[in-house]
Amino acid sequence: MEPLLKVDDLHKAYGALKILNGVSVNVKRGEKVSIIGPSGSGKTTFLRCINFLEKPTSGHIFVEGKLIGEKTVSGKFVHVSDTELAKDRQEIGFVFQRFNLFPHLSVLGNVTIAQTKVLGLSQRDAEARGRQMLEKVGLGHKVDEYPERLSGGQQQRVAIARVLAMQPKLILFDEATSALDPELIGEVLRVMRQLAEEGRTMVIVTHEIQFAAEISDRIIFMDHGAVVEEGSPAKVLKDPQHPRTREFLKRIEQR
Amino acid sequence: MSFLQILDQQGWYFLVTLLSGWPATISVAIPSFFFALIFGLVLALLRMARSRLSRGFAIAYIEFFRGTPALVQLFVIYFGLPDLGYSPSPFQAAVIGLGMNGAAYLAEIYRAGIESIHQGQKEAAFALGMTPTRAMRYIVLPQAIRVMTPALTNFAIVLLKDTSIIFAVGVVEVMALARNLVTETLQSGVVYLMAGALYLCVTIPMSHLAARLERNRRAWQ
Repeated sequence: MEPLLKVDDLHKAYGALKILNGVSVNVKRGEKVSIIGPSGSGKTTFLRCINFLEKPTSGHIFVEGKLIGEKTVSGKFVHVSDTELAKDRQEIGFVFQRFNLFPHLSVLGNVTIAQTKVLGLSQRDAEARGRQMLEKVGLGHKVDEYPERLSGGQQQRVAIARVLAMQPKLILFDEATSALDPELIGEVLRVMRQLAEEGRTMVIVTHEIQFAAEISDRIIFMDHGAVVEEGSPAKVLKDPQHPRTREFLKRIEQR
Repeated sequence: MSFLQILDQQGWYFLVTLLSGWPATISVAIPSFFFALIFGLVLALLRMARSRLSRGFAIAYIEFFRGTPALVQLFVIYFGLPDLGYSPSPFQAAVIGLGMNGAAYLAEIYRAGIESIHQGQKEAAFALGMTPTRAMRYIVLPQAIRVMTPALTNFAIVLLKDTSIIFAVGVVEVMALARNLVTETLQSGVVYLMAGALYLCVTIPMSHLAARLERNRRAWQ
């Protein structure tokens, strides 16, 4: 079966600084993939390239076989227009480390704005769906609050509801709990676990190794902009084959 | 005659005369403000555009209008445009002049406001499928305008005061009437002081409003 997400030989460099050196990853529909690795290993850049928040230097992204951010014109790959890129991105949800809620909009406004302005839903339908998603993340009672009045954990859950409301085929989580106080991490992980159980397709960049082990179908260990090792959580975390993976896991345990 | 005696004898006459100039002052100030508000945004967007041509145009425009006196610009419009086949009325020349001049200042205020909005806001909008235009309109600009509110009010105050040069192209506003009064009565000290006081009567409430808006702005930041 065709993978839902296909990343083909992704390279990213800023001038002479190479961040990604040929990453290829396939993700099946409903699969949960966690990416772990040391800081600066390129995990976040990899994730950002998937929805073209960063433009890959080379390599291609496909969602359900359709090119993202590019098209082929007489056999050559060219970048698409802003409008087409925006359309491609609708399929891909992205949860940011720093939430990036819109501070000028209420919680409900945050989860409805893209539904009305991008998907073209009526205000009523968007609000209904928005409320439903906020209920799902346990914030149905906060619809009229403004983001600044919420805790970090609540903000991140609103951000997840905002993504869910767009009904993406795939959700990317970029260190979704790294900016949170330790006591707030649990509530966000609970929501993510719930999404995983619903069978959503998720690619998760995380430092929460334990969590990754529990919910992932597959773990990818990245270092120096490349996939070093991948496999089931049991295989990668309990029986790592590569010395760099072993080294990384040992350092994590000591923490 | 002492200052107070003049005020006592002629103050009322001065006041009524000067006040009769306010409709002209306001009717130039308000359209100029909105002209500058809209055109300034256009300039700011051109200034930040990807195309070098539009950036170049915006920079040249801003440099020119900020680098030359407003009075010169006003004269060029009033006395120069007729050579191009369009003869503006004094009122039109004043609105075009102050508006075009103000737009140059506002463009930079807009730019600073827009650039002060965290990159993550734009990225979140993009990730939700917004085009750069939509992200600007629904996410960045509403926040930028709140950040800009104090600067905008300040601009409105400056613009209101700048209307005092438009008597030079024949608009009969407060300053023009003040000059007439001085010619008529030779009481320049009292007349100009009163004119200044009248401007203060409008600008002080405006700056209070600005302070208030700024306090409100802090509420969600």
